[in-house]
Amino acid sequence: MLKTFRIGGIHPPENKLSVWKKVSVLPVPAQAVIPLGQHIGAPAQAVVKKGDMVKVGTLLGKSGGFISSNIHSSVSGKVSKIDSAVDASGYKRPAVYIDVEGDEWEEAIDRSDTPAKECLLSTREIIDRITGAGVVGLGGATFPTQVKLTPPAGMKAEMLIINGVECEPYLTSDHSLMTEKGEEVLAGVAILMKAAGVDKAVVGIENNKPDAIAYLRDLAKGYQGIEVAPLKVKYPQGGEKQLIDAVMRRQVKSGALPISVGAVVQNVGTAYAVYEAVQKNKPLVERIVTVTGGGVREPSNFLVRIGTPVRDLIEAAGGMTGDAGKIIGGGPMMGKALVSEDVPITKGSSGILVLPRVESVRKPARSCIRCAKCVQACPMGLNPSLLMNAAEFAAWELAEKNYIVDCIECGSCSFTCPANRPLLDHIRMGKGKVMGIIRGRKS
Amino acid sequence: MENKLIISPSPHIHGGDSIQRNMYGVLLALVPAFAVSVYYFGMGALVVTAVSVASCVLAEYLIQRFLLKREPSIGDGSAILTGVLLAFNLPSNLPAWIIVIGALAAIGIGKMSFGGLGNNIFNPALVGRVFLLISFPAQMTTWPLPGKLPMEYTDSITGATTLSLLNEGGGSLPSVVDMLLGNMGGSLGEVSAAALLLGFVYLLARKIITWHIPVAVIATAFAMTGVMYLADPLSYADPVVHLLSGGLLLGAIFMATDYVTSPMSSSGMIVYGVGIGLLTSVIRLFGSYPEGVSFAILIMNALTPLINTYFKPKHFGGK
Repeated sequence: MLKTFRIGGIHPPENKLSVWKKVSVLPVPAQAVIPLGQHIGAPAQAVVKKGDMVKVGTLLGKSGGFISSNIHSSVSGKVSKIDSAVDASGYKRPAVYIDVEGDEWEEAIDRSDTPAKECLLSTREIIDRITGAGVVGLGGATFPTQVKLTPPAGMKAEMLIINGVECEPYLTSDHSLMTEKGEEVLAGVAILMKAAGVDKAVVGIENNKPDAIAYLRDLAKGYQGIEVAPLKVKYPQGGEKQLIDAVMRRQVKSGALPISVGAVVQNVGTAYAVYEAVQKNKPLVERIVTVTGGGVREPSNFLVRIGTPVRDLIEAAGGMTGDAGKIIGGGPMMGKALVSEDVPITKGSSGILVLPRVESVRKPARSCIRCAKCVQACPMGLNPSLLMNAAEFAAWELAEKNYIVDCIECGSCSFTCPANRPLLDHIRMGKGKVMGIIRGRKS
Repeated sequence: MENKLIISPSPHIHGGDSIQRNMYGVLLALVPAFAVSVYYFGMGALVVTAVSVASCVLAEYLIQRFLLKREPSIGDGSAILTGVLLAFNLPSNLPAWIIVIGALAAIGIGKMSFGGLGNNIFNPALVGRVFLLISFPAQMTTWPLPGKLPMEYTDSITGATTLSLLNEGGGSLPSVVDMLLGNMGGSLGEVSAAALLLGFVYLLARKIITWHIPVAVIATAFAMTGVMYLADPLSYADPVVHLLSGGLLLGAIFMATDYVTSPMSSSGMIVYGVGIGLLTSVIRLFGSYPEGVSFAILIMNALTPLINTYFKPKHFGGK
């Protein structure tokens, strides 16, 4: 029996259209728009001004607090303005606009391709380099990596769990990374183990990626304490709490951090970024992005500079088909619908999914028939039907008592509902409201 | 595209399940039991089912169209299912006009008065059946004996059911093989245990229902009647007889599992199933009615909101 998490879960069609495509390097854009807030937490403070010349790797924005991250230039050229730009969230956020000239990199960055396994730096130095390079969680949550590596006082990590699950349908960026940059990923894992002070790491990979499992297993023989765990294909296994349950058979309690059960979870993409930051002195300025879906002609994987407009990626994937109806930043389950093709790629962009119009329109909702399929699907053990009703009728106390704040917004309930009810829409709204009420009570 | 992107919150895909898929799935699962009833009760089974389904669908259509002034939703299959389940709970020689009254009670009182599918508290088909049982006790307990594709409808030869034999404490019971196949008197859809179990397997395989409710009902009734049998084998029947006779399997598999009127968590489903099993056994063993499945399910339907309040799904990470 393959390991998996123990409560709920669904199996949406995998649709990994781009799985056989090697990662190709996308040309540097003519203009890069680099948002200063690409992570959870406070946005970075701009340290450049209009007219400044920058290189690849030049610091553009300095971390704006404890939970924040540095932002670097991904291109070389001239800062044309610092203005707001609509990002993947649909909101206007401050961003640095750079008119690209050539492709000059900061001298300190090692651009060679030779893998460097050995790392003799101390824990402190490793964390400093990770902080300096602006590494954040690349699975989509974009939580600053250094914060996760500095546990609260009195807490001790036992195990590092590396998330190579990629449970979102369509996306193949992590899969490509594992099969094409496996050595670097594992070197990054070893560095993260040192930084987190653990002697054991488990790379969790779903069983639909047998090539990645076999390759990393083979490479892991060269390391002490790194193990690869094949997992049963089940969504949302990439959810932090679900992955910990699958690997360790321990459940993080409501409101608690993963470290409370001894786990630190990092994405494979983050492990790679950590490797580059620590061993190559390279800030996080590019990432692998899958461009996929029935609405693009040639689903592909690209290595893309941060700040490249989505339009460039779609064009490189052969352009949109005539019936394209929706562009999604991320996967189909948790991604956000983009308002335009001008939205820039940021650190958290794992994929661009273009769905045909017919797949983009929701069917009309009917009355709840209390079939409980949402209850069976919910990976947090909640009753989505009840929570939706509570949110709809503003019964915040009832919603709070039934753990609305534990919802991870994975969408399994809405995906499953035979009456096409927009369960997550209402629960997401109610969760925000209840979190506000709880915050108000504390202050 | 002309800048006409569709914007909506996640998730952006849907699994394709629908109310229709589930309703028609249950109807398919009832096909074996229907085939058996046509074999044993012939024309009667056909007429009763046809009248019941037609009047349920028509009643729902008319109420939605003219009383509630809403878009009729008879296409979702739920009225057809209520019609079939009501028919399955009736003797195959019941006059058509009584069936029409039952259908009106089922759809009108049981379902539409609460606001239609999803809002009703009681299983509509059982509301219809119990309404008829109380209003027309003689006609509702006159059971045609099984034949081989008989062509009579209302003037068939009648006899007792296994449970009424037990209740009156006499007569020879049908063999276990006959009870499995359905060669005994009874409501038209309840007689063949084998056909109903085949339907159960189908419902599980298509994930239309989970095992919790049927298994809890059957296990509880088996255990309870078994204990009484062991205590006093002369006064009480073998639990296998209880399991295979009357509406226990039909009720456990197809009526108690009605989505709308049963609890939502696995633990709640088990509590609800145990309740039905207990009440059924108590009515059968000690009550004046020979059969108690309908009453047991309706009583537990009424307790479902309470069960939902106290038996929550297993929360991730515990309390």
